[in-house]
Amino acid sequence: MAEEVILLDFWCSPYGARVRIALAEKGVKYEYREEDLDDKSSLLLEMNPVYKMIPVLIHNGRPVCESLIAVEYIDEVWRGQFPLLPSDPYERAKAKFWGDFIEKKVHEPGKKTWKKKGAEQEEAKKEFIESLKLLEGELGDKPFFGGDTLGFVDIALIPFYTWFYSYEICGHFSIEAECPKFAAWAKRCMQKESVSKSLPDRQKVYGYVLELKKILGIE
Amino acid sequence: MAQGDVKLIGAWPSPFVLRARIALNVKSVDYEFLQEQFGAKSQLLLESNPVYKKIPVLIHESKPICESLIIVEYIDEVWSSGPSILPTDPYDRAVARFWAVYIDDKWFPAMKGLATAKGDEERKALVEQVGEGLGLLEEAYVKSSKGKAFFGGDEIGYLDIAFGSFLGWIRATEKMGGVELIDEANTPGLVKWAESFSSNPAVKDVLPETDKLVEFAKILQAKHSGSS
Repeated sequence: MAEEVILLDFWCSPYGARVRIALAEKGVKYEYREEDLDDKSSLLLEMNPVYKMIPVLIHNGRPVCESLIAVEYIDEVWRGQFPLLPSDPYERAKAKFWGDFIEKKVHEPGKKTWKKKGAEQEEAKKEFIESLKLLEGELGDKPFFGGDTLGFVDIALIPFYTWFYSYEICGHFSIEAECPKFAAWAKRCMQKESVSKSLPDRQKVYGYVLELKKILGIE
Repeated sequence: MAQGDVKLIGAWPSPFVLRARIALNVKSVDYEFLQEQFGAKSQLLLESNPVYKKIPVLIHESKPICESLIIVEYIDEVWSSGPSILPTDPYDRAVARFWAVYIDDKWFPAMKGLATAKGDEERKALVEQVGEGLGLLEEAYVKSSKGKAFFGGDEIGYLDIAFGSFLGWIRATEKMGGVELIDEANTPGLVKWAESFSSNPAVKDVLPETDKLVEFAKILQAKHSGSS
């Protein structure tokens, strides 16, 4: 049976980018469909009735929702040469732990670095940097969290990097200065074609953030 | 497997801890249950889960595994000769994981809110939210079970464990609030499922009694209002 793979996505969504990178790493051909988040397609509403959000991976007509669940699904269906998750159960558990950590401890405070001001912003910056430092510790001396190749945690994390530039400008701080190891890891990831081709230009993302700030009435 | 090899740091009222206990029971794994004292975190917990300092933590051969759903998957993978917890088909796995994440991210916060809700309006809104979630889970149950007893089919599986661990609290909330959350009218499938789940051998000895949870909730509420 011919495989039909469709990805409902939005150009600067880091969640969508995770799925794009995973598909690229596995060499899976798919149809990319850009959603207008202010006018969601009937397909999106049908395929993700619970959240009505992108990304949605549609494989042979069946939807897989939630970015990390989709990445794991891709890893299981297209096993191939380069597994994204380790085979050892303890290492897998660690990878999933850090994947989950990114949402709670990187994305959450990260958002506040451009959405908030004053003491709240300072607190968010502190938490954000602390989280990057913890991730640096987990990375250790490895080139990637996945070892020699991109793994689950790399894929879960690198898409947020294009947003970090906006955090730095809005929050007046430098990630490279605070977490040089992290910055070096990010550069290595960006050299991979599966990553660079899947991520939007960070200047474009910054432009989008400025638009959002206007809409939300943030200085 | 020697008992010393497997430890679980937890507390009896926690539905998240319960997930790990049920999974270990499904696999017939002997383990040492290290009960945390309410209000004071042990040194072992702080060392084993420095990032969140939360239970449950599974310690297997001195290695800590944190986050209840991750622990359940770990247990399934390590003790692979026992009955399977996750479905074998990748799509079914993705669906089961989706609902487990929904339960934790969307449904549980509403449930938790209900336990400490002040005022009838807030309470009513939360009951509606919880009810909506249960409606979705009823649909998921019908689709997933395909006429069998559990989300996982003939045997309890990942989603049974992820959701069933809240049964004690669902019943306690029903009792305390005088509401019906899982009922014949709206969630007939889940009514039957709840009976089957709570009487399952891997569950019945560890599922906390409704009355004990009600007592515990009262102590929690007293502490809340005492400190405000």
